[in-house]
Amino acid sequence: MAIKRTPQEKTFDSVNIAIMVFMILITFYPFWHVLMASMSNSNRLLQHNGIMLLPEGFSGEAYRYVLQNRRIYTGYFNTLFVVVVGTAFNLLMTSLGAYVLSRKNFAARKTMTVAIIFTMYFSGGMIPRYILINNTLGLKNTLWALILPGLVSTWNLIVMRTAFFGVPESIEESARLDGANDFVILFRVILPTIMSTVAVIILFYAVGHWNAWFDAALFLRKKEKYPLQLVLREILILSSTDSMTSSVDYTDKEAIGESIKYATIIVTTLPVICIYPFLQRYFVKGVMIGAVKG
Amino acid sequence: MTLTKSGGRAAARPQKTLGQRILRELNRNKYVYIMALPVVAYYLIFCYAPIYGAQIAFKRFDIARGITGSEWVGFKHFVDFITGPYFGRLMRNTLLISLYQLLFSFPAPIILAILLNELRSDGFKRTVQTIIYLPHFISIVVICGMIHSFVARDGVITDFLVFLGMERTNLLSQPEYFRPVYIISGIWQGIGWGTIIYLSALTAIDPQQYEAAIVDGANRFHQIRYVTLPGIAPTVVTMFILQLGKVMSVGFEKIILLYNPNTYEVADVISSYVYRMGLSEGTQFSATTAIGLFSSAINFILILIANTLSKKLSNSSLW
Repeated sequence: MAIKRTPQEKTFDSVNIAIMVFMILITFYPFWHVLMASMSNSNRLLQHNGIMLLPEGFSGEAYRYVLQNRRIYTGYFNTLFVVVVGTAFNLLMTSLGAYVLSRKNFAARKTMTVAIIFTMYFSGGMIPRYILINNTLGLKNTLWALILPGLVSTWNLIVMRTAFFGVPESIEESARLDGANDFVILFRVILPTIMSTVAVIILFYAVGHWNAWFDAALFLRKKEKYPLQLVLREILILSSTDSMTSSVDYTDKEAIGESIKYATIIVTTLPVICIYPFLQRYFVKGVMIGAVKG
Repeated sequence: MTLTKSGGRAAARPQKTLGQRILRELNRNKYVYIMALPVVAYYLIFCYAPIYGAQIAFKRFDIARGITGSEWVGFKHFVDFITGPYFGRLMRNTLLISLYQLLFSFPAPIILAILLNELRSDGFKRTVQTIIYLPHFISIVVICGMIHSFVARDGVITDFLVFLGMERTNLLSQPEYFRPVYIISGIWQGIGWGTIIYLSALTAIDPQQYEAAIVDGANRFHQIRYVTLPGIAPTVVTMFILQLGKVMSVGFEKIILLYNPNTYEVADVISSYVYRMGLSEGTQFSATTAIGLFSSAINFILILIANTLSKKLSNSSLW
């Protein structure tokens, strides 16, 4: 930009930068507030008013309660199980489906594609789905209720199929001449050439599993089966911190309860925030792939 | 279906019987069929079986007699819902939340994308992007937990509003604040992520258009007005139409994490009502399935219309 900026343009640039700084602050501050509140002395936190730049009287008490809560550990374990096992099955099923839908000489391809895309826009609804999973299949109180019903995300399936179409046919043909069958072609030939799409799909599924809570609320009754998000809901939304603070005086309960909420958010969200900067560019790429599917 | 398809394709070779042609297709694609098996099974069990099960909307569902064994009642549940006391409230809440989203949540990322595009430093732009995408990945339970704490009687947002002159109260207990809290927190969480699709449309604009505009004496505002905006207009139109297709489907997860009996009046939407009456407070399986089916059908029609419109206006479609 060799051209001189007019005064209005200079003002515009300054205002624009100010807006962006505001966006950064407003995105960042809520997390900062939670972090500071979680480390504050709970009674002083209760009296505190307004913005908090530093903790109000440093205290690790809330973290002690959170880390003594057995549900946090079982929650982490259950969530990790669903994330790892669920995502593995998701990837396997999505690859198979995408491969089938990308076979140009497969007679049922069109029918199958239409039947699958239809399910993106029409469903039987929440109640028949509940009856099926809870009663007919009897998956209640098992972590499989969080894995099997979402084995394939049609959106991810279409994204992957689009990536398959981009793989040159010559690669596949030469493998076939070497005697490779469809399984070998899919897992040894095609998937390795689209690893960036595979990464995106893995990340989408994994984040989905990490953040999911509603199916768990529907199908799990036993608390030791609860994934992290459901444990979180009990503490944050239903405000049941009593079980953690049974030894505390009634008057302090409200105060420490509030601190516990903040500390719980930190303990359960910090892993996501820490990995996020490294994965962020993959996600963005995924949205681009979805956007240009054509 | 497979049958007619392969039949049609092989019509040019009349010497083979239908059976032979099926065998040939099965043999040629036998591994593909094996691969398709689990995927087809998944869709049949988890997507099509519930559609079959939705017949209880027309029945008086009795667990002991099962889905097929229950007695037919025709459109009774649909009529009951439409003539019932909650129909107006649910439709109003659903449509109003959608309308506010169209008015406020929809334009926000477009404006932000244009401003991001005007930043002169690429490094700064990337930093801003990295930070504003973050809320998209935070679980809705955590977001709603933060909202609960921030707008509580002594929450930080309440403190700020009291400073501006509001009377101190828990915002989520007051019906008049529910929709603003819902919409504004939604913008906060989604604005950054929402820019991605517009930024990718912006990168597709030919830089020569800007150069030509500069030669013609256009300043930055002219460039935004005459190059940038027309450049992303097709994307905006497509996204808007698709959003229109979703006006009847407001998601229930955030609603049921934020509402309470005090705010049902303004917060309860069709999907949250189905959840509450079917699976949480009540077990009216048939009646709530009917309500779900009613909104599913409307959504489906709206999406079809939206897609047709999008195809006509901007030549892009969902399928």
